[in-house]
Amino acid sequence: MSTRRVVITGMGWETPLGADLEGVWSKLLAGTSAIGPVTRYDAASFATNFAAEVRGFDLASSLGERAGAHRHAGVSTKFALAAARRAWDQAGMEGVDPRRVGIYMGAGEGSLDFENFAAANIAGWDAQTQTVDGRAWAGVAHERMTREREVEQEPHMTVTHLAQEFGCRGPAYNCMTACAAGAQSVGEASEIIRRGDADAMLAGGAHSMIHPLGMTGFIRLTAMSTRRDDPLTASRPFDATRDGFVMGEGAGVLVIEELEHALARGATPVAEIAGYGSSADAFRITDIQPDGKGAAAAMRQALAQAGIDPEKPDAKGRSPVQYVNAHGTGTQENDKIETAAVKLAFGDMAGKLLFGSVKSMLGHLIQAAGAVELIVCVKSIQTGVVPPTLNLKNPDPNCDLDHIAGGARDLNAAGGVDVCLSNSFGFGGQNDAVCVRRYEP
Amino acid sequence: MRRGVCITGIGTVSGLGLGVGPLWEGLCAPRSALAPVTLFDASGFASRLGAQIEDLNVREHVPKSYRKSTKVMARDSAIAVVAARLAVLDAGLRTRGSEDGEDGFEITPGRTGAHIGAGLIAAETDELSRALATSVGEDGAFSLKSWGTADETADARGAMNNLPPLWMLKYLPNMLACHVTIVHGAEGPSNTITCSDASALLCLGESARVIERGGADVCFSGGAESKLNYMGTLRLELAGRLAATGDEADGSSVVRPYDPGSGGSLIGEGGGILILEESAHAEARGARVYAQVAGFGAAMSPDPVGATFGDAPACDEGLADAVEAALRDAGVRPDQIDAIVPAALGAPGLDRAEAGALRRVFGDALAATPLVTISPSVGSCAAGQGGLQAAVGAECLRRQMLPARIHAGAPAPGLDAGACDVRDAELSHVLVCTGALGGQNAALVLRRAGG
Repeated sequence: MSTRRVVITGMGWETPLGADLEGVWSKLLAGTSAIGPVTRYDAASFATNFAAEVRGFDLASSLGERAGAHRHAGVSTKFALAAARRAWDQAGMEGVDPRRVGIYMGAGEGSLDFENFAAANIAGWDAQTQTVDGRAWAGVAHERMTREREVEQEPHMTVTHLAQEFGCRGPAYNCMTACAAGAQSVGEASEIIRRGDADAMLAGGAHSMIHPLGMTGFIRLTAMSTRRDDPLTASRPFDATRDGFVMGEGAGVLVIEELEHALARGATPVAEIAGYGSSADAFRITDIQPDGKGAAAAMRQALAQAGIDPEKPDAKGRSPVQYVNAHGTGTQENDKIETAAVKLAFGDMAGKLLFGSVKSMLGHLIQAAGAVELIVCVKSIQTGVVPPTLNLKNPDPNCDLDHIAGGARDLNAAGGVDVCLSNSFGFGGQNDAVCVRRYEP
Repeated sequence: MRRGVCITGIGTVSGLGLGVGPLWEGLCAPRSALAPVTLFDASGFASRLGAQIEDLNVREHVPKSYRKSTKVMARDSAIAVVAARLAVLDAGLRTRGSEDGEDGFEITPGRTGAHIGAGLIAAETDELSRALATSVGEDGAFSLKSWGTADETADARGAMNNLPPLWMLKYLPNMLACHVTIVHGAEGPSNTITCSDASALLCLGESARVIERGGADVCFSGGAESKLNYMGTLRLELAGRLAATGDEADGSSVVRPYDPGSGGSLIGEGGGILILEESAHAEARGARVYAQVAGFGAAMSPDPVGATFGDAPACDEGLADAVEAALRDAGVRPDQIDAIVPAALGAPGLDRAEAGALRRVFGDALAATPLVTISPSVGSCAAGQGGLQAAVGAECLRRQMLPARIHAGAPAPGLDAGACDVRDAELSHVLVCTGALGGQNAALVLRRAGG
């Protein structure tokens, strides 16, 4: 078997803490919360009226005059375009054969055309018969809804815009596996490169569900924090007082590339995608397998591909993975079961690794989370410092690993950070894990 | 040597019925399911014909213990769940979701994956409208002020509670794969690809890759979707794809693949879930093999109509790239392809671009290569279409036959796509391919079993 290695050569993000790679990283290390009131719509009556919004976003600051070509795009597509532009430029991709560059995104569910949608639904509703009058519905829809706006909401459109902007003509995919999609897209993209079906891929996730129906859906599921009196500390992964996740939005996009291809064109590998694992809980639509075995299976697959025995110390006598970036949403169920899953996957080594959640600061970027958090892992490898879990003051006895409470952890004296694992799990039982490793020639 | 992948089971759901048998018989009759839409009130649209699934009773296709969960299944999920069960039974496999006492080879949960293409599922308008209508302000428009439940806000009436608690879980695109994996205990690699018309073929390609690299031995693979609802119809109409049907009652005369005078495409609903299996695994259990998955390719179009809203190009270069990649992957030349199952939606611009792509790859030989066109019978089933196309391609290879074709007009010159009867054919390789609204393309080369 040929062993094509896959490296990251470009990274870009658009997050509630900003867009600059180093700037956001500094804020994460300092323990900065991005959470505030919802400003996208009037959320006063919503039990959860706060979120981590991307503020002051302007596509033109990333794309210049090209921004106009994407004016109809939904907000999450625009986040993706901005993040991808930075990743593309960092990787210096101009001039690469477009047929050998693909795209794999976890995007979709962009800017819901809610007002017009609601208007058509209300106009169509016949309270007498408790049915929808199709003629009335379509009348309002035809009057108010436009071709561009509606077609832009189809879930493949983020990929379509990225292809238009960067000229990519290789394999193109979009997946929607809920909160796991950002990690899944990078993982599957790495397999496409490994097999030789492309030399480079734009991969990542983009999402915004900060709109009335998105927030309504999660409120009805009672999955989000309702700590209206204290939004800044509402996202409390692994804390005994956690009461749900906090919605975020944004994008994370990476350029990943076959190693020899990158080296031949003089690009700098910033880290290696060493392994990827995917599994399904196949348990219940609302609950996670209580023993965490689905999540553990994904982690073990990723580590096996990376050639890592999770239960054996590395050459420096440390846990073979120094930092596990948790899915860590701050729901009672996830954090408890994910902790159990890490123990299942790592055995004795679980107690020796750092296991924290940046969702405590960034909120939950849903389909973008996995890609953004993978970039966090790369920054940890580059700097030897691991960001903290904010708001972790009352540890839950069920969450008894080292969750990085009380500030960022500098591991440079202990040999730095060489290997990270990023976990992403989705509603519906989708589990994905991606292992990134310091690039060594 | 790379692990081989073959198709050992097919489950299809379409306007022609449940199962690959009725699909094949319907195509061969030939019969069209395109008729006036009754699933919802389509009177406000110019396009009022569609291919509906009759008797989609998902409760009969899940174990008793799972019947309650069918209440939170959108129609798209129900189609996938029915198709997956039919595929399991057809493949001679046994899972915890196939009936008690059923014979068959028991799957290994951790070695069984699921890659199921889906669309953006439209919330049921009745359910949503009923709730939204309880939160209307003095101006008659929807009001957010009374929608929420925050008790410290004077106006909050909690109208959102008129939506069921699990409302959102009904409509996440990954719920198709979620339900299928739960019903059958498939704990292996799983994904939900959402690239409109290309979704199912992209999933079949991904399953084949997963099996090839050893990530699974068996996969549920394909896609399902129903756009026979208000939002689905509106968006396809705005995208310029649908034929205005007027008072026409027979859709088979409206959808005329590759005919420059075709009125457009018509919506169908359905999908196909195939069982892809590692070849040695299939052989060891003595499975019947429909066809081998010989090659797969994917590529992006440079100027997709769905992005530019311009005229379709004379040749969809991305589709041609995908087909060439699949041929290379299979190690076959264009002249080894004996039949093609393309999208052939009946929308003139898209059909022309598709024919242009096939001509780029096959040259003049295209005129002598039969095109299997299913949309005059089942309509255009979006994320489900590729599953139906692949099922038909595999069935052609197994039977060594080509189904009949419905065509009420005349296809453009140089294409073997006109009306014809079912016929015997010597088939070694069949190409299945499609473009998509957003410019994503996928192609699959199927090889005769034992070939």
